[in-house]
Amino acid sequence: MQPSSNYTLLFPKAINWEEFIAYRPDVPFSDDVVEFLNVLSRSLMQDPSSRLYPDVITFAYFCRKANLLKYKEQYVRDGELRLGRGILFHIAPSNVPINFAYSLVAGLLAGNANVIRVSNKLFPQVDLVIKHLYELIDQYGVVSERVALVRYDHDSDANAYFSSIANVRVIWGGDATIAALRQNPIHPRSFDVCFADRYSIAAIRPSAIAAANNEALFRLAEAFYNDTYLFDQNACSAPHIVFWLDEPGLTEAKRSFWKAVHDCAVRRYQFQPVMSVDKLTAFYRQAVSMDVKAEQMPDNVVVRVELGGLPSNVEDFRCACGYFSEKTIKSLDEIAPIVNIKYQTLGYYGFEKPELFDFVKRNRFSGLDRLVPIGETTAFSFTWDGYNLINALSRIVSVL
Amino acid sequence: MDINEILEIAPYSLSKEEKHKLLNERLLELTHKHYEKCPEYRRMMDAAGLDVENLPYYENIPFLPVRLFKEFELRSCSKEDVVKTMTSSGTTGQQVSRIYLDRETSSAQQKCLAKIVTHFLGSQRVPMLILDSSAILKDRNMFSARGAGILGFSIFGSKRQYALDENMELDIEGMKTFLEAHKDETIFLFGFTFMVWQHFYKKLLETGYHPNLSKGVLIHGGGWKKLVNEMVLPEEYKRHLNEVCGILPENVHDYYGMVEQTGCVYMECKCGHLHASAFSDVLIRRPFDFSLAYKGEKGLIEVVSTLPGSYPGHILLTEDEGVLLGEDDCPCGLMGKYFKIEGRIKNAELRGCSDTYAAKF
Repeated sequence: MQPSSNYTLLFPKAINWEEFIAYRPDVPFSDDVVEFLNVLSRSLMQDPSSRLYPDVITFAYFCRKANLLKYKEQYVRDGELRLGRGILFHIAPSNVPINFAYSLVAGLLAGNANVIRVSNKLFPQVDLVIKHLYELIDQYGVVSERVALVRYDHDSDANAYFSSIANVRVIWGGDATIAALRQNPIHPRSFDVCFADRYSIAAIRPSAIAAANNEALFRLAEAFYNDTYLFDQNACSAPHIVFWLDEPGLTEAKRSFWKAVHDCAVRRYQFQPVMSVDKLTAFYRQAVSMDVKAEQMPDNVVVRVELGGLPSNVEDFRCACGYFSEKTIKSLDEIAPIVNIKYQTLGYYGFEKPELFDFVKRNRFSGLDRLVPIGETTAFSFTWDGYNLINALSRIVSVL
Repeated sequence: MDINEILEIAPYSLSKEEKHKLLNERLLELTHKHYEKCPEYRRMMDAAGLDVENLPYYENIPFLPVRLFKEFELRSCSKEDVVKTMTSSGTTGQQVSRIYLDRETSSAQQKCLAKIVTHFLGSQRVPMLILDSSAILKDRNMFSARGAGILGFSIFGSKRQYALDENMELDIEGMKTFLEAHKDETIFLFGFTFMVWQHFYKKLLETGYHPNLSKGVLIHGGGWKKLVNEMVLPEEYKRHLNEVCGILPENVHDYYGMVEQTGCVYMECKCGHLHASAFSDVLIRRPFDFSLAYKGEKGLIEVVSTLPGSYPGHILLTEDEGVLLGEDDCPCGLMGKYFKIEGRIKNAELRGCSDTYAAKF
């Protein structure tokens, strides 16, 4: 297929697609790539503007050599020969600005060359990363050549072109984006790694709240804020229901948790008038479909809704920017009936790994790929939505 | 008081205390009715924690966001009793608000509009010049809020003439004949704010036709957003119109209204203020916590109306922001609250990472 010209090339300045496509895959976690990412990491961390963006700092931190070498130990097996799949076409989401960079890192570390279409929404985080990528071109040409960042409208034929050259499409951005991309054919040996619409929840044990001193509660509130408000509650890992174990001290635990979260959100979150209308509308919409009761809160920054029952369609009734359904349960197993393939993350506080392990094994869910402590739900990992990305984006070469 | 008795009250004659008493009685009655007859409304009020046996003052009754009328069929009468379904404007594919009227509510809306408009027009039926195209009611594609508004206000037109032909050009001959036939009478002009500017005022300038509309009373609505690029302020709007056709600035009235509360429009007085009639009221709420804003403080506009009997539209939260300017003390002499509209609330700017320090500077 002829290369499309309906796109804006953000990095590098010019590209020869024929040469790009002729890329020969590398082994996962090659020294060149690890070094490249380490230098990128340092470059970003040294830039004072990065400090305005906690997510950029977290990303830069993630790309440090020491961190990557730890992952290398986990993801590279001795004696196994792997090579990248070749050319990856990533479609980045528009809800988490730095996501494109993690996708790129996974692609590079798996041994591939990467075309990434970034969101049409402009984000300073994207600009920052691009700026630092340019600074690496001269000294790190070998790996820089494996990166192309583009931007274009949804209906551009660039989708068709990049699909046609891709060995794997890495599709973020939810069900609608996946459906749109799937209209473009790919090579017979190519496939898609898709990140569909997901839904996430949280579970808290009251006794853990009671045991937390003020400082711990403050940190928990900040952690919960990072899981939710930091991305306007739009990240796929952001909890929309908070489940509380029915224990003595429940009322007081809810009160102190939400007070801490509320104080944090009032301090950090940029509240906009339309959010109050959106949340009120979401509340009444939910009230028509199921038994709910509004929970008294001092203002519209944190809106809480107590669920009477737990209907299976509760996932259809969500709202962004700080809207939480709540349910008291006698045991985690009560959550099981509503968990479906869409459920991604359960953020928890006050539970131990073994009991969560058993919870999953007992109930054999088709969803809930991650059970992580509150505060870490958005932490990127090479195992995401049930995919081991390094394995998925590379192939095994059998030498017998 | 039933609604017909209420509508006998002179539209701008009630003081704050009298009005509060009237509204309270009527709105509590309506709340009871809607709670009983509209299952969705009942669920919503139960969820909000409303104690229907002990209703508070109407300022503390939960307000419904207008968007809900796009998503749900909210009706407090049987399907058979519905004589008319009003819909908001919307391009195909967009959800529209659906407002169900029974005979009583429909007639109350008409009566209310008549009471209000007559107050400004001087009499019930006058020759009407519609500042829009004759095609507006014929072409289904063009029919929208413009068509609905024109139809609604047409009840005041004893004789009707369109200012624009099917090609959106001035029908100068038509207008000349019409104005000649009614030369000493009050002429009622109606049009949408941007239409009046773009297709009437500007065309009058272009063609050099200066009709004598010194006895004209213009009522226009639809908002100023589309004129933002023209950078014309309301005072200038009236002045320019006066220059081109002699209409007196105090006879040019903007109005604010919505399909969810048809009939009780908020008319602009000669001081340039929008006024609540005796039949409805506005409250300004702070978006942060929905508390009532002070006079002069911008907030979300809540509208309450004595009219909606067949659908739970008596207490609504709009998506417009406004400012309360005063109550009972407007220099124009009309009693009641008067306010100004700032515009639609902005869509959320969800940047995904709202936590940038730069935003605090």
